[in-house]
Amino acid sequence: MTSDLTDDLLALKTETDAALAAATDLRAWDSIRIAVLGRNGTLTGLLRDLGKTPAEQRRERGAALNRLKDALNEAIEGRKSALEAAALDERLASERIDPTLPARPRETGLIHPISRTIEEIAAIFGAMGCTIIEGPDVESDWHNFTALNIPEHHPARADHDTFYLPAQDGKPPPVLRTQTSPVQIRTMLTQPPPIRVIVTGRTYRADHDATHSPMFHQCEGLIIDRNLHLGHLKGCLIDFLRTFFGISDLPVRFRSSYFPFTEPSMEVDIGWNRRTGDLGGGGDWLEILGSGMVHPRVLANCGIDPREWQGFAWGMGVERITMLKHGMTDLRPFYESDLRWLRHYGFNPLMPTMLHEGV
Amino acid sequence: MKFTLSWLKTHLDTDAPLDTITDTLTRIGLELEGVDNRGAALTTFRIAHVIEAVQHPNADRLRACKVDTGDGIVSVVCGAPNARTGMKAVFAAPGSFIPGTGITLKVGEIRGVQSAGMLLSAREMGLGDDHAGIIELPQDAPVGVGYATWAGLDDPVIDISVTPNRGDCFSVRGVARDLAAAGIGRLKPFQPARIAPAFDGGPRWQVDWPEMCPWIIGRTIRCVKNSPSPRWLQDRLISIGLRPINALVDVTNFFTIDLGRPLHVFDVAKLQGDTLTLRRGAGESMRALNGKDYTLTAEDCAICDSAGVQSIAGVIGGEATGCDESTTEVFVECAYFDPVRIALTGRRHQIVSDARQRFERGLDPALMPDAVEAATAMILELCGGEPGTVTQAGAEPAWQRDATMRFRRVAELGGLDVTADDAVMSLERLGFAIQARDAESVTVKVPSWRNDVAAKVHLDQSPTMAPDIAQRAAEGCAQIEPECDLIEEVLRLRGLDSVPPVSLPSATPVPVATLTARQVRMALARRTLAAQGLAECVTFSFMAHEEAAPFGATPDALRLTNPIAADLDQLRPTPVATLAMAAKRNAARGFPDVALFEVGPEFAQDAPEGQRLVAAGIRSGSTPRSWLAGSRGLDAMDAKGDLWAVLTAIGVPLEALTLTQDAPSFYHPGRSATLRQGPKTVLGSFGEIHPRVLAALDLPSPMVAFSLNLDAVADPKRRRKAAPDLAPFQPVRRDFAFLVDTIVSADAVTRAARGAERTLIAGVSLFDVYEGDKLPEGKKSLAIEVVFQPRERTLTDAELDAAGQKVIAAVAKATGAVLR
Repeated sequence: MTSDLTDDLLALKTETDAALAAATDLRAWDSIRIAVLGRNGTLTGLLRDLGKTPAEQRRERGAALNRLKDALNEAIEGRKSALEAAALDERLASERIDPTLPARPRETGLIHPISRTIEEIAAIFGAMGCTIIEGPDVESDWHNFTALNIPEHHPARADHDTFYLPAQDGKPPPVLRTQTSPVQIRTMLTQPPPIRVIVTGRTYRADHDATHSPMFHQCEGLIIDRNLHLGHLKGCLIDFLRTFFGISDLPVRFRSSYFPFTEPSMEVDIGWNRRTGDLGGGGDWLEILGSGMVHPRVLANCGIDPREWQGFAWGMGVERITMLKHGMTDLRPFYESDLRWLRHYGFNPLMPTMLHEGV
Repeated sequence: MKFTLSWLKTHLDTDAPLDTITDTLTRIGLELEGVDNRGAALTTFRIAHVIEAVQHPNADRLRACKVDTGDGIVSVVCGAPNARTGMKAVFAAPGSFIPGTGITLKVGEIRGVQSAGMLLSAREMGLGDDHAGIIELPQDAPVGVGYATWAGLDDPVIDISVTPNRGDCFSVRGVARDLAAAGIGRLKPFQPARIAPAFDGGPRWQVDWPEMCPWIIGRTIRCVKNSPSPRWLQDRLISIGLRPINALVDVTNFFTIDLGRPLHVFDVAKLQGDTLTLRRGAGESMRALNGKDYTLTAEDCAICDSAGVQSIAGVIGGEATGCDESTTEVFVECAYFDPVRIALTGRRHQIVSDARQRFERGLDPALMPDAVEAATAMILELCGGEPGTVTQAGAEPAWQRDATMRFRRVAELGGLDVTADDAVMSLERLGFAIQARDAESVTVKVPSWRNDVAAKVHLDQSPTMAPDIAQRAAEGCAQIEPECDLIEEVLRLRGLDSVPPVSLPSATPVPVATLTARQVRMALARRTLAAQGLAECVTFSFMAHEEAAPFGATPDALRLTNPIAADLDQLRPTPVATLAMAAKRNAARGFPDVALFEVGPEFAQDAPEGQRLVAAGIRSGSTPRSWLAGSRGLDAMDAKGDLWAVLTAIGVPLEALTLTQDAPSFYHPGRSATLRQGPKTVLGSFGEIHPRVLAALDLPSPMVAFSLNLDAVADPKRRRKAAPDLAPFQPVRRDFAFLVDTIVSADAVTRAARGAERTLIAGVSLFDVYEGDKLPEGKKSLAIEVVFQPRERTLTDAELDAAGQKVIAAVAKATGAVLR
């Protein structure tokens, strides 16, 4: 491009290139830029003198000057970019952090294992079409016992170690519910069948040691329809237990038993290894929940005709299944709020239970 | 309920192995609690004769013995001080496993003398702690015979748990009957012969309280000699944990276990008068056989002679008229008592006895005459004597009932296909007698011992339901319940494991939402707070009354009448209280800086509606130390931040909220606020905990808290959102600093600014507060940033200035502020 320049123009280009190459910082570069392109710069002077050129040469000289101007601009801007890049590199070379320093503190909290288990229960039974319901912790004697076919003299009452509040207005004293079953009663009194509900919540019994707490949590299910039988009860609970514990072939055993509010009643065991505590194989059985077909008296107490409707119910300890799932050995730390325990067993709040992510 | 295998076999003819029996018990609802098979580990040990025991030639403390094992004579070195010539002992041959030491024996040589076996102590056999010496057996113990067999230790003790409905299985015979019905062997007949009376005499019954005691039988046996029971009877009682007393008392205990039939024996010589009266208690006291004194109420049934109360009916006998070795004339009592009243008496006096346990579950009324005959026979056999006439009061209560089962219902309710013939056979084996049968159903007579089947239906229906609904449900129950009882029996004997499981059919193709709006709120609050850095806790709903009181009202109505501990007696007025105590515990463990929250109940009154669902949190101590920014003590704004995070997450419209400085008194009065929505609704509160509360409960300081009543938050309305306002022009931001009186709230300034030009002002935020000596007394400076959002075109400088003037004027008007 510069080959067709006249000598004086070529000299300016060569001279400028050399000066740019010699410039090592932006200040030197800028003085070159001003010396060439500035108001009094050499190129500016040449362009100004174009008018003095004889008319017949003026066109050719003008074209040559324009080419030179483009070439000089390119050279000068190019050198600027190079110098800027070099300057940046030099600055960054001195700007080092210690990447091992701790970041700004950002405390992460966590979800209590009991809440996590209740979420998992909701997710699994939710997939079976159940909704979650709740009820009050302070209950009437009728809801907690009588309506559930546990009359005043019933031996089962003595087993419950009930907490009482002072009696008022001559009524039987209110109790802290000993089970979540009174919520079954509240549901049947307000919601016509078919019913598919899960109750979770706090329950209270006067017992305190490594395996009993005066407050604990239960999860209760009630399913009422026209054609559901004991086989469905078994299927429903087996499906739950295998999903909850994540063991697709978990052995589940059903034993005849007795509860005042179900008939037939059964206790449910899962297979485990008594020695290692591992769930699944091992040949031993571990009692995990109670269940049965809803007793006709309980249905009738709530105005449901047992000739038309039948169904099943079950109840289990939330802490118990939590302990089994996560290999915890002591119940008491659940309620002690020891930060060390919470950090060890707590769950990430941004990983709520979702069936498609696995429970 | 405990019994031994051999005892069971006195009622059950079976060769079934122990495992089969115990597995069947569990399957049919008589859950196995445990088997104590003490003999299993002792099978290799035999009775031996120590022919000679001399000092070991090379050891002071050892003896060299020649032992006749019944299988030859061996040399044994023994360290026991009581090893001596001529004694009978227990011998373990080489190769035997010693349970007490965990060692398998080998032939050895101890200091030059061969030892080909071992003489055992009780501890070495795992039979106790006695290790003072080897076991010494009586001289008549047969050499070569297995020790466990000889000592009766090869009889496993079976322990089952009997459910409250199965009073009939509180007896060895009842268990045997159930096992036979489940296919384990055959129930042996029990038909005690009538024993003809040799005389007529002895006490007579008088029942003044027939509702309590419909029927009672008695019999006097005179000229008895009461002494310790024979060994077989003592062994039976000891094996199940009962202490033998004397033959007459042991007979009553035997039948309590054997037939589930409690009996009582009076020493006739100690009774005053010849009438025993059953009546209501009248406040008199009696010393019972357990050595304790009881005062009877009018709801307890007393059995009295002319001197006073001699027994608490159905629960425990009196010491004064009990039988001892001097007894020569005995009166046997066999009664039927009202189960409910027995249960209440037992509970009232806190007496747990084998008799009460059986009476309160209901006894077999038809068994009474047979039980008296069987007891008479055993007393005559053990103690001699001659029987009197059987005397009674009242009559056998009517227990006869029918129950009908439709065969198809076994599958419809139980989910198991059972043929009609099989179902009927199961019922018959359990003692149900067929009354009528056709293709669809069977009607059976319920046996006298099964008071749990087709029992009188007692309903406690909700008083709130319509009478016709209640009536129809009650009729349905009366019809269905006996059938359920029978179906349960048919299923039980097959084992519920035989019912094929069926997954729950879907009610809808895609499940409905599992959670209510309130539950979603709860979950969101929980996740948000955890994401804010707080750790979720689950603390008790109750706490110490004294520790609850600083945090709110603690009415007596919410104070437990029977707390498990004094520090767990008051339902908490707010979870802030229990969280504060949790922070204190953490501080005591060396962790003073905590951030804790809980989503749970608080209690305002003892009714369901007095319970509120609350999300509450506390933070204590300081922010974490960092090389980037200094640590600082927590303040009320930290708690407000947590509260606002939840409010935002659960979709509470923040513009509609107001803060008033009347927070609950556990907060610092100046550094706290109540959060309100509208004039009436209180949503929550936040602030620093009052220094006086911190001091009173020795809580870590500083401590800040918040509380949000999730029940007061309205459910979100399902409404389509309006189209978003996405103006194409850049917003313009201008800062204003106002000088205001210190009592003017930031909120008043920002609200006024926001309202100055509604369409143009898109946002106002406060970014600086200054109070200090550069300002006049009683003044502070509040700096806000106002965002102007042009909508139609870019704003000219003049328009911007005009808008700014409006902001200044509006703030000045509302708060008296002056632009700085």
